[in-house]
This record gives sequence, C-alpha cells and structure tokens, in this order.
Amino acid sequence: MTLYLRRTAMWYGGLGLLGGAVLRNLALPPAYVRHIVAEMETMGVRSLGVALTAAIFTGMVFAIQSAVNMARFGAENYVGPLTALAILRELGPVLTAVLVGGKVASGITAELGSMKVTEQIDALRMLGVNYVKRLIVPRILAALVVFPLLTVLADALGVLGGLAVMVFERSADPYAYWNTTTYWVVPKDFLMGIGKSVFFGIIITLIGCYNGLATEGGTEGLGRATTGTVVHVTMGVIVSDFFLTKLFLSLFW
Amino acid sequence: MSVSGPLVEVVDVWKAFDALQVLAGVSLEATRGETLVVMGGSGSGKTVLLRLIAGLLRPDRGRIRLLGQPIERLSEEQLLSIRRRIGYVFQGAALFDSLSVLENVAYPLREHTRLSESEIHERVVHFLSLVGLNGNVLSLLPAELSGGMRKRVGIARALVNEPELMLFDEPTAGLDPTNSRLVAELISQVRTGVCDTAIVVTHDLELTRTVADRVAVLIGGRFAASGPRNAVLESTDSAVQAFLAGQAR
Repeated sequence: MTLYLRRTAMWYGGLGLLGGAVLRNLALPPAYVRHIVAEMETMGVRSLGVALTAAIFTGMVFAIQSAVNMARFGAENYVGPLTALAILRELGPVLTAVLVGGKVASGITAELGSMKVTEQIDALRMLGVNYVKRLIVPRILAALVVFPLLTVLADALGVLGGLAVMVFERSADPYAYWNTTTYWVVPKDFLMGIGKSVFFGIIITLIGCYNGLATEGGTEGLGRATTGTVVHVTMGVIVSDFFLTKLFLSLFW
Repeated sequence: MSVSGPLVEVVDVWKAFDALQVLAGVSLEATRGETLVVMGGSGSGKTVLLRLIAGLLRPDRGRIRLLGQPIERLSEEQLLSIRRRIGYVFQGAALFDSLSVLENVAYPLREHTRLSESEIHERVVHFLSLVGLNGNVLSLLPAELSGGMRKRVGIARALVNEPELMLFDEPTAGLDPTNSRLVAELISQVRTGVCDTAIVVTHDLELTRTVADRVAVLIGGRFAASGPRNAVLESTDSAVQAFLAGQAR
C-alpha cells in the first residue's frame, strides 16, 4: 500500500514537473515549427476517421434512444436540443478525447519509451539538444490546435447524425428539428465543450509524454507503459471532465 | 573557451540507486591530451560514473567539474552548452532509428550551426571517412547497419562538432575481435586528429592496452588502483590482479 501511494505521488509529481518544464521551455528558441506541423498531422489527420465515425454514430444512437423514450411523454420535439446539448457539452469533447487521446497518447508513449530504452533521449541530451523543447513542446502545441479542431468536427457530425436519424427513422421535419435545436442551444454550450477539449489535449499529451520518458525495464517496461497510458488517459479525461464542468458552470453560467 | 587545469575532475562522488550503493567516494582527474581508461567488471559502476561526468545523472554527494565548470547543481538547460563541447559514444550507439546515417551524423550540425546543406554533407562525409565508412552508407537506416558500423557512425556523430573531450561507454562491447580492434585503432586515431582527450570505460583489457595512458580500476564502488597504464596493469594488489586475471581469460 505504501509503495502504491509512493508510486502514485511520484507519478503526479513527475507529471507536474514535466508540465512546469514545458511552460519554462515554451518561449525558448528554436520554435521547431516543422515538428509542430508534423505532430498535427500525426495527431489530427490520422485520427479523423476514428473521431468522426464515433461522433456520427453517437449522435444517431443518442437521438434515436431519446426519441423513443421522450415520445412516451410527448416530448419528441425536444430530441434536437437534447442531442445537440449532450454532444456539444459532453459527448463531442469527451469521446474525442478518450478515443483519439488513447490512440495518440499510447503512440507518444511507445515512441518516447522506445527512445528512452535505447538511450536515444540521452543521445539528444549529449548532443546539447533540449529534449523537452524538441520532443514534448511541439506535441503539446500540436494538441492545443488538434483537439479543439477535432472536437468541432465531431460536434458537427454528431449533431448532423442526430438530425439524419430523426428525419429518416422518425420522419421528423428537418426544419422544425433544426429550429428547435438552434432556439435552445446557445454559443456558450459549444464553447464550453471546446474549452474542455483544450484542457483534454494538454492532459492527454502530457500523460503520453511523461509515461514515455518514465519508461524503464526494456521492451517489457515499454509494453507496461503503453497500456498504462491508455488507462491514465481514459481516467484523466473522465475525472477532469467533472472538475472542468464544475469550473465552467461556476465561471460562465 | 580554453580550460586551465583538468578537463574532468571528480571529487569524492557517491551514488546509490535505492538501497544499491554503486559508487562510494570515487575521485579522478582527466587532463588535456590523455586517454584515461576506467576498467571494472559488469555492474561495477563504470557507466554510472561516465553518466555522472556527462551530467546525465546527479551525484548523491561529491563534486564534479567538467571543462572547468562545476556541474552537479546545474539545470538540464544550463548543462546543454557544456555538453555541446563533449562527445559521448553510447554502448549501443544510440543512433536515432528513424533517421538515416547522414541525418544522424548531421543532427548536431543542423541543431547548432548555420552551415549550408552542402557544407553539412561535406562534413558528414569527411567524418564518416575518418571512421572508415564511405558515402554508400549515407542513406541507410541504423537498422540496416551491422553492430560495428553502428558504433562507428556513433563515433562520427560524437566527433562531428569537434569536441574537446570524448567519452566512450564500452566501445567494444558486443563486437567481434576484428571490429573491436578497428574501434580501438579508431580511438587512438581520433586522439591524434580531432580530439586529444578521452575517458573510456571498458572491461576490455586489449582495448585498455591499446589506448590507455592512465588506467583506473573500479571495484566495489571505489578505485582499487589508479595510475599510468603499465603500473596499474602490473599492480601487485590482489583485488586488481584477480580482476585483470578474470578479464584476460
């Protein structure tokens, strides 16, 4: 138990120290713009399929489930705003973060962990290269752009998925559906989800990087670190979602 | 920036990993123009000592001066400028596996100089030829090289910035006798050309005989013997004799 608590404290401490090192290094040259763009491609473009497929099907499932149950007390007209609110505020950012985050962060852990166990990170340090600036900062900056963008696309497809299923499955009038949705949903709902996605992007990338840099024990350790990252990212997103929701509601609602 | 006095000075350094005491009061000096070989068996703390000297690890106690500067309290960012003046050859070469040989050797030049691509190419080819490799390997990835070639590319990458001090971690480990001899010759050659000061950690007695000016033997976290090569290799100390006999077998 003591060992577990010690390891947990060290993990959070290490994550915090890495976050501090990233902040310190943000303004230092060089900018590594080429690496930031490459990371955006790795994180964003290659995750589009996963994020968008999940979003459209979640929107459809949410709408059809809501429609069936809300019809029992005559509230089927409100399926549009309900689906849109759920997607914009929670499902869009959280699902994108969990699905894309798990994929992206485990990839980062595998790459950095492999560099760690083969001494490539020490080689960078010995060549006088600031490895936080070179390996971590570009990934964090890329995540700051990629996760909100993916969330915007996921939001759009999720809402459209809900609309499509209501039109084709429940014979809803698309104009009435859209009008009710836009009447009840305000920009703040959308911005709240996007705000969350910025934090999720930082948390996910930091966890992926930290677990990679903390990898020990050769290839077996690398496997453990990669699996651990998926669990940490999922838990990190779900737990921080609650606190971010509380924070945003108290600040902007 | 020229350094007066020893390039490396280690004074009463202690290092432990959890309950395992690896170094217990180690002191050494390396002066300009000499090759110091640190010998010791597996797990004796040779690599730990080299990593402490390079600032990759921090000592629990003791002082380390590298190129005239005390480094034990410097931050990672402060250490970078000092590290640019030294070359480090890793036991497994530690080449960047997604980059070609050209990109690996050119890496420090692209990071720290404003040389044009043609100048970088020229310099990479020159340093590869110094380690006995020709232009045919430039586009190969590390995975496509043999162990000996990887080691030589690692040496070329460490040399390309023309360092003041070279640190070699087990340069002949895992190599066949021919490649071991080649690497030993290379270390001697480097000394007469690009960089005249080196610290080599190894358990290879043949390598020690070929390259060392001074030898220090690390046993049980302390130096059991230290001094000119012949004096140490002919030492009458029983622990040193037992170690050397084991290595010579």
